[in-house]
Amino acid sequence: MATLNIVNKSPFEKHTLSQCLSRAAPGGAILLIEDAVCAVIKGGAYAEQLVTGQQKVYVLEPDLAARGFADAALPDSINRVDYNGFVDLVTQYDLVHSWF
Amino acid sequence: MDDENDIGVVKRFLYVNRRAPHGSIYALESLETVLIGAAFDQDVSVLFVDDGVFQLKKDQQPDALGMKNFSKTFRALEMYDVEKIYVEDESLSERGLSVDDLLIDVESLPRNKIGALMDAQDVVLSF
Repeated sequence: MATLNIVNKSPFEKHTLSQCLSRAAPGGAILLIEDAVCAVIKGGAYAEQLVTGQQKVYVLEPDLAARGFADAALPDSINRVDYNGFVDLVTQYDLVHSWF
Repeated sequence: MDDENDIGVVKRFLYVNRRAPHGSIYALESLETVLIGAAFDQDVSVLFVDDGVFQLKKDQQPDALGMKNFSKTFRALEMYDVEKIYVEDESLSERGLSVDDLLIDVESLPRNKIGALMDAQDVVLSF
């Protein structure tokens, strides 16, 4: 069983991203939506922590674009998904857990 | 009011913005409140710290979320004589940003000067 972990709060404001990263099982995935997309910006304090190699990391493109990061450089292993990709991830993983 | 030029009491207002835009309504509500303060000819300062610095990021495209792109309104602050706009250096650098990523000119302040800025006000409003 593999879990899709969804985080929606900025790591600079709430600790849900750290709480998720410290517990998420290897082989799962982390999807960043809403204000949590702030975590992926290259050069920011959290971008490197996300790239552990233990989980796949996805970020929701419309939430990036809304905040002015449509063309921003992201770490190589972080994948952008659109709303259809979000649905694909939910169906692809056995479990979905939201950290909010 | 016996004189149409009488603008009454003028206080120093500081609006403190600490949240990212679009994930909540705080940023838009703050901006509207800043404009109200300016419309009443108050002495307005606006500060962006923590995730608040994201409010000033260039190239915001919130259309796909069904949200209004109010970031363009920050460019109108100058017309309302709101010219004291401060951003905390450390909040930018922690987030991989610099003043070049922002859509308006700001005065950047180090973290250890923020307290003094607050102490210089009559009213501090938090968003």
